[in-house]
Amino acid sequence: MRKVLLVRFGEVYLKGLNRSSFLKILTDNVKKAVKGTGASVWLADSRIYVAEFEDMDDIVNRVKKVFGLYSVSPAYEVDKDFEEISKACLEVCKDLSGTFKVLARRSDKSFPINSMDMAVELGGRILDANSQLKVDVHKPEHKVCVEVRDHAYVYSGEIMAAGGLPMGTGGKAALLLSGGIDSPVAGYQIMRRGVRMCAIHFMSPPYTGELAREKVVTLAKMLAAYSGGMRVYMVPFTKCQLEIHEKCPEELGTLITRRFMMRIACKLAKDFGAQALVTGESLGQVASQTMEAIGCTDEISDIPVFRPLIGLDKIEIIRIAEKIGTYETSILPYEDCCTVFTPRHPMTRPKKSGMPKAEARLDIDALVDEAVAGTEKLIF
Amino acid sequence: MIAYLDNSATTRPDDRVVDKMAQCMREGYFNPSSVYLPAVNAFREVRACREELLQAVHGAGCRLIFTSGGTEANNLAILGAGGRIRGLKIAAVSAVEHPSVRACFDELARQGVEVRVIGVNGKGELDFAALEKALEDGAGLVSVMQVNNETGAINDIPRIHAMTQGRALLHVDGVQGFLRTPFSMKDAELYTLSGHKIHGPKGIGALVCRENILINPRNMGGGQENGLRSGTENTPGIAGLREAARLMKEYDMGELMQKKLHLIQAFGAQVENMRINGPDPAAAAPHIVNLGFPGVRGEVMLHALEACGVYASTGSACSSKKLKVSSVLTAMGVSPTEAEWALRFSLSPKTTFEEIDYAAEKLGACYAQLRRFQRR
Repeated sequence: MRKVLLVRFGEVYLKGLNRSSFLKILTDNVKKAVKGTGASVWLADSRIYVAEFEDMDDIVNRVKKVFGLYSVSPAYEVDKDFEEISKACLEVCKDLSGTFKVLARRSDKSFPINSMDMAVELGGRILDANSQLKVDVHKPEHKVCVEVRDHAYVYSGEIMAAGGLPMGTGGKAALLLSGGIDSPVAGYQIMRRGVRMCAIHFMSPPYTGELAREKVVTLAKMLAAYSGGMRVYMVPFTKCQLEIHEKCPEELGTLITRRFMMRIACKLAKDFGAQALVTGESLGQVASQTMEAIGCTDEISDIPVFRPLIGLDKIEIIRIAEKIGTYETSILPYEDCCTVFTPRHPMTRPKKSGMPKAEARLDIDALVDEAVAGTEKLIF
Repeated sequence: MIAYLDNSATTRPDDRVVDKMAQCMREGYFNPSSVYLPAVNAFREVRACREELLQAVHGAGCRLIFTSGGTEANNLAILGAGGRIRGLKIAAVSAVEHPSVRACFDELARQGVEVRVIGVNGKGELDFAALEKALEDGAGLVSVMQVNNETGAINDIPRIHAMTQGRALLHVDGVQGFLRTPFSMKDAELYTLSGHKIHGPKGIGALVCRENILINPRNMGGGQENGLRSGTENTPGIAGLREAARLMKEYDMGELMQKKLHLIQAFGAQVENMRINGPDPAAAAPHIVNLGFPGVRGEVMLHALEACGVYASTGSACSSKKLKVSSVLTAMGVSPTEAEWALRFSLSPKTTFEEIDYAAEKLGACYAQLRRFQRR
């Protein structure tokens, strides 16, 4: 009898002829997640198995964060021998109380006892051994599962994993990471679709300080834990902001600032090989996120811009931020570049046609090139 | 060049302090509660420090309890001694106290004590009428700071004590004042001091109290410090504090005041419309001044100066959405807009005129540049 982790995958099932390549990547990602623990990982019977490790909780925590997985179950692996299976069932049930049901399956039809008989007999033995348990075949609190495959597996309970698609199957994208609540969540949502991500952060010293930078580094490291590493571009943005402040209409200041961010992000995206930008915009949340304003920033980008939070309420975004652990860091009160020169009355219904005139006094290319040239690359 | 003008946040330990502490850790590491000779010597070192510190605050016959710093000493004074006052119904605290004092009064309030917050005027002077009223109503505990950490305003402790005497216990938070402005334990029942504001180490401070004051300990254990603060004595910290306190006596506070006035004059020459928040500098503590540079937010000026190696601090913490300005400055009647411009500069006797002149030059350059880009 040895401990193993049964790992089920999710949406990969929807794949057709390319399923095997997805599964290969997914298995490799699980191997990376348990690297250093000495555990072995293999793919068999439309499952991934992890075995030969010491600390089950540690392995569960590592594996459940791998994108593309549906759920995991800590299980016992035993020989295909009814007495062995029975022993494992009693072990699984020894601390349970309430109602239960045994679910038996045998994909190996050469196993001498059929599934129904097996369930009945094991259920009886569990009842004899644990007086805290009662049978309920309709709505049991615990399902004790027995699967007879190449070996027999016994487990109870299922822990939900991160879902999504295997990291690396979805291409690359660049996330505009401000340090607020929304952008890390947007990054997470797209990473979850198997997309490798870099982050782009705009700094405006002396208007923003070292602590604001440290906060973004902390957030990037949190996201990197999901994606297995992350590159962060730190863009010096003060000059752009000062020029915009000095030479553009005040009510369009934020919007023009965002257009500059898009221009710079597009260039850095190419450096990373990203095929899309990702932002944390949510429709109507602030003046620069109205439909008209998004239209004005969207036209800048020559690659698709993904906005996974576009239809979410703030409260829903906060809930995800709490789930992925970025909320506490996001709410630290350091000024970010977005709030430096916030106009008193930003225009909420800007027209695209008015933008070239508003930006006419700026040497756009020179400002963008200077910012890109001064960008610092960090790897986590 | 670096101009460190944030000595009220903390000071750089003097090399001689570091040496004493290293020596204490290398050679004098024995537990003062043990009974063999080297341990007894460690005990003697602790006792000597205690006596010297008591002397420094004119506290002959007083008790001195070593703590982990100012915050713990304030807690021990307000919750430990305040909590021991029988039938305490009302307690009074000034409106401009450090969070470690304010939070303790919040705790008293949760325990059912009525907390009276005594306001201050534009110079940081306590509202004596309000204090008198609180005392008349039966306030049993009063806590005020010796020197305000954001503005350098000095409280008239003898006058306050004359009012509280016989009616209430007076606790004075001396973290920013200890050894820089005169103080005597004749004028208070409880006094807090800290090591790292006087070129000593972090993690050491003390509560001085009159011998007859009853205190509920907040750290239980082996009964050190007469049972009032259990835990093995921080002997390196105590040795460092002792050395730092000794060295402070070598400095002339009049000269420190001259440096501060020079700073104000040099900064004012760079920024003509500079504001001085709080009290008249010559009447305040010799090492703290709070200045405003119109049109430039303190946080922005701080980061701009930081880039030039000039370190100061803001009284205000900004959140990305809402600007919170210093409650101390608003209590002193500074308008929210002006409070946004505020920066605190704090000196130590080790601050040089060169540092100040360097800072002034950088300030002038930063201000000229930043003033162009005010938020409209």
